[in-house]
Amino acid sequence: MSARSRTLALVASLATGALVLTGCGGDGDSSEGSGTLTMYYPVAVGGPLTDVVDELIASCSEEHDIEVEAVYSGSYEDTMTKAQTAARSGQGPDLAVLLTTDLYTLIDNELIVPLSSVDDDLSWAEDRFYPAYLASGEAEGELWSLPFQRSTIVQYHNKEIFEAAGLDPESPPTTWDELVDQATTIQAEGAAEFGVEIPSTQFGNWMFQAMAIQTGVEDTAGVDGIVDYLDDPGSVEALEWWKSMVDDGIMPSGTTEWASTPEDFLQGRTGIMWHTTGNLTNVKSNADFEFGVSMLPANTQPGSPTGGGNLYVFDKGDEDTRADAYTIAKCLTEPELAAEWSMESGYVATGPEAWETDTMAEYAEEFPQAAVARDQLEVAVGETTSHENGRVSQAINDAIAAVLTGGTEPQDGLTQLQSSIDDILAPYQG
Amino acid sequence: MTAAIPSPSAAPPPEERRRRFSLRSRLGDQLFAWALLAPAFVVLIAFTHYPIIRSAWSSAHSRGGDLGVQQYQRLLEDPVFWQVLRNNLWFALGTVPTSMALAILMAVWVNNKLRGKAFVRLAYFTPTILPMVAVASIWLFFFSPGIGPIDQLLNAVGLPTKNWLGDPSTVLPALMVMMIWKQAGFFMIFYLAGLQNMSPELEEASTLEGASRWYHFRRVTFPLLMPTTLFIFVVAVTDAFKIIDHLFIMTGGGPNNASNLLLFYIYDTAFSFFDPNYAGALTMALVVILSLIAIIQFTVLERRVHYR
Repeated sequence: MSARSRTLALVASLATGALVLTGCGGDGDSSEGSGTLTMYYPVAVGGPLTDVVDELIASCSEEHDIEVEAVYSGSYEDTMTKAQTAARSGQGPDLAVLLTTDLYTLIDNELIVPLSSVDDDLSWAEDRFYPAYLASGEAEGELWSLPFQRSTIVQYHNKEIFEAAGLDPESPPTTWDELVDQATTIQAEGAAEFGVEIPSTQFGNWMFQAMAIQTGVEDTAGVDGIVDYLDDPGSVEALEWWKSMVDDGIMPSGTTEWASTPEDFLQGRTGIMWHTTGNLTNVKSNADFEFGVSMLPANTQPGSPTGGGNLYVFDKGDEDTRADAYTIAKCLTEPELAAEWSMESGYVATGPEAWETDTMAEYAEEFPQAAVARDQLEVAVGETTSHENGRVSQAINDAIAAVLTGGTEPQDGLTQLQSSIDDILAPYQG
Repeated sequence: MTAAIPSPSAAPPPEERRRRFSLRSRLGDQLFAWALLAPAFVVLIAFTHYPIIRSAWSSAHSRGGDLGVQQYQRLLEDPVFWQVLRNNLWFALGTVPTSMALAILMAVWVNNKLRGKAFVRLAYFTPTILPMVAVASIWLFFFSPGIGPIDQLLNAVGLPTKNWLGDPSTVLPALMVMMIWKQAGFFMIFYLAGLQNMSPELEEASTLEGASRWYHFRRVTFPLLMPTTLFIFVVAVTDAFKIIDHLFIMTGGGPNNASNLLLFYIYDTAFSFFDPNYAGALTMALVVILSLIAIIQFTVLERRVHYR
């Protein structure tokens, strides 16, 4: 090799090294100081909703002259992961829509700020939001987040299948016994492959909480981030009921996918499904049959947990940035915008003022299914919100799957589950 | 290279000159080699060695930040860890031998003089070109209860259908089938390359000697393919531990961890449970397992491989 080509090779290799290094360096300087807010948001239900969110944000951004960079960040879980990892390297969002159940996890990791630190007077929130929704943003005597895309579980039924099975399409089940009876009839008459589907993956813990509430179990939402309702006799009864429906074959065997349940409903494979109201618009625009929406049936009492995501202001940047983030969050929950968001997505408009807007009132009259979730709020309970939310909800889902697939009996499974959750939460026990 | 040597004013005796020359040039070559390797090292250190050290360091801390072996105690007592480890071993055992056997079979088949072999080769290779996420989405549909083609087929011939991905006893085998489908074509390409390198005289000689084709394959072709086999074996085993894309799409590790694999559990622990210390301990377990496999492969098996 000649000296010249050798020098060339050296220069080339050093240049590559330098390139690699600068590539790793990131753009720490360029992204800051421009005064732009970063906001993460997930889309957890069917339908092309990113455009709608982008529009809402753009209108708030214009109104308050605050630049917002809205980042669609996948599912709730993806968004939480991204927000957490980014925040650790100081590049996190200023504002994010995350599950209400992640509240304690966010507080424990010191990622968010209480809203009283940016606004002395939060009394407006009590007028704007339903108490059931507002409550899930509260912890340690502070309000931490604003309700944005909120839901409850509702019961969808396919009216054509009901007719084919000789049932009254206008009277969906209101009790557990009726549900089992009607589902059995649907299947026996061959009107659909399955009578009912209740998803048991991803948000199976949410469905289970609904059944526990309906059986009269107290404090299913957890107290100060500690969950201990799982080995309650009512919880055991709830899981036994769920399992009996799987064993009787009126529900699919094994676990039922969260994401494929609406698909099964739309394809007419099941007569009834329990799912989030967040899927209402998806079902409405894709069903080629008449469908009804009703409150969840009661065992000893009716009820459903609330669900969905709130707007969190992150502990990042200076006070001005946080104030800006709060302004945008507050703007996004204004009645007109909340109404629009509800109509486009199917999420429940978060407060009475939103339902009183002209467009929403008109919509509710035309499409009464939309109001069911609102009416159900009367009997709704906050969803289970725990320290170490990821691990706890995974543990609950695992236990449900173990029972539904025949691995363990409800009583044993739930006793074991509660003791493992006690272990996980031991460091947080006051 | 002689041009680079400056000529000294007073010429030293020849031996000394030679010694100095070789020393300097050796030193120069060393430096030069290191400089050329530097970029690769930088990348390797930044993205492989440093993260491993960081994981080890983080795994030696409790969540509160105290130094200790607490995370490893937890690991030994964690039933989910043992389950994902068991799953992973079954997954490797179920996918590696089958996909390798299929690969060699397909390679021998498309190496023959058959009509339309280019088409068959392409057909076998297609699954490999697809991204794992796409493959997972396709198979999610195949396996979907009731509406998926597999259940439709079973239904048509009157066999009972199954919720393949929702049943702990079928979920892992179902994923294995998909993995074999995806991987076999990839491994076939290596075997095909090996076969094409083989001189035709070997086969002619066998024919002259009256050896059967099976005998020829067993005693000549297969031994000569051993280096390829070792290579594929290494890739296949590490892939069984490394590829988890499909879990995100298809099962999320469920039901009740029946399809959870070690790397997916690490991801969950680090990014869904936000427990980097325990994730570090799990990562160390994975590193140890992969290193052990590598050592076994390259010490025990290497000796049985004939290189030409």
